[in-house]
Amino acid sequence: MCLGIPGEVIEFLPDQPDLARVDVSGVRRVINVGLLEDDKLEPGDWVLIHVGFALSKIDEAEAAAALQFLEGIGQAYEDELAALAESRIE
Amino acid sequence: MKFVDEFRDADKAHALAARITALCEPGRQYKLMEVCGGHTHTIYKHGLEDYLPEQVTLVHGPGCPVCVIPMGRVDDAMALASDPDVIMTSFGDMMRVPGSNGSFFDAKARGTDIRMVYSPLDSLKIARQNPDKRVVFMAIGFETTAPSTAMTVLRAAAEGLPNFSVFCNHVTIIPAIKAILDSPDLRLDGFIGPGHVSTVIGCRPYEFIARDYGKPVVVAGFEPLDILQSIYMLMLQLSKGTSTVENQYSRVVPWDGNPVALRAIGQTMELRPYFEWRGLGFISHSALAVREEYARFDAERLFSVPGVRVADPKACQCGEVLKGVLKPWECKVFGTACTPETPIGTCMVSPEGACAAYYNYGRLTRQRVREASPS
Repeated sequence: MCLGIPGEVIEFLPDQPDLARVDVSGVRRVINVGLLEDDKLEPGDWVLIHVGFALSKIDEAEAAAALQFLEGIGQAYEDELAALAESRIE
Repeated sequence: MKFVDEFRDADKAHALAARITALCEPGRQYKLMEVCGGHTHTIYKHGLEDYLPEQVTLVHGPGCPVCVIPMGRVDDAMALASDPDVIMTSFGDMMRVPGSNGSFFDAKARGTDIRMVYSPLDSLKIARQNPDKRVVFMAIGFETTAPSTAMTVLRAAAEGLPNFSVFCNHVTIIPAIKAILDSPDLRLDGFIGPGHVSTVIGCRPYEFIARDYGKPVVVAGFEPLDILQSIYMLMLQLSKGTSTVENQYSRVVPWDGNPVALRAIGQTMELRPYFEWRGLGFISHSALAVREEYARFDAERLFSVPGVRVADPKACQCGEVLKGVLKPWECKVFGTACTPETPIGTCMVSPEGACAAYYNYGRLTRQRVREASPS
């Protein structure tokens, strides 16, 4: 629950600009990006995601480092990814 | 990918450890608290204490949101969930936390409608799909998850959703740190500040620790080298006799936090006069409740909540572990009656709990050897 997982912004939902489709380790899901409205996100940007919300914008190197770290911790990250895969907020 | 390789580099860890050792004054013991459960997890996963000199001890703090939920609140949630009109939703971490009459998982097995969700927004969707039911989201967590609950309430309000509410158990980290600083049980020399909480609140809220208590604080990232670097930064301050707040995790944490998130929390929630924390007791202004303006999304106003106080099981010493007074393995039931499969206390439930981290990564033997040998 407290893991921040990195995702790449793929696209924004046309009718709901505070929702974006992101790619997290190959899992594509819709998350809320309303907390980063000051950051002027664009497709290709990386964000750290907590419980379905992008909480901070990060650069690609940080995303790669965070991802490698998370893959190293094993079960907790797998559980988080499985939960994300089940998530349907739109 | 050079960046990643650098972080994986054990040589760098040893080099940092040597610099930390060089800063130790002879005969002085250093106790540093990592506040955040995510840091505790990294420390045990990577055996970071093995790199540190004997003079430096890491003390595990209260920053595990599941661990600090008192049993009474679990029982209150269970009472809400037992209403046949209610669908209770909860994060997965919460599902195994024991109440007096079992966990959410146990209640679910008995037929209570409790559903695990990834995001509070999933609960909104469940509410839209079940207009004849009342969906209650069990909101837990520090400032890392409070903004998501706040944004969800705002969205429910914008949609005019009539059957969604929040059972709010959000807690705030600063009063807990202050309670630990004021506790006579423990003398700490410095703090490894939480990473993700700080993306929301920023670094300024920690300034009182440096100013009023004279203890340095370094906000840290979650990589093993982030934590060792932060310990080095703390030791450098201690060797110079300074106490300031530093941000080792500036690549993610802005000094002023996330103003949009803070606004959303402020708009929908207010501080409670007091709240009970497992092991730490009642702490003033340490938790959030839904504001009156959003009363129709507040389960505590919509339902009759028993509000019972339940003493923790006698054998369980989570309180001492959460305050850093006891090491997990010093608890009488650690690893015997209390395991991740059959937890008695909350610290054994969450992967961020100190007991679960100890248990899962086999630090037990080494710790016992170390504690048994005279230093």
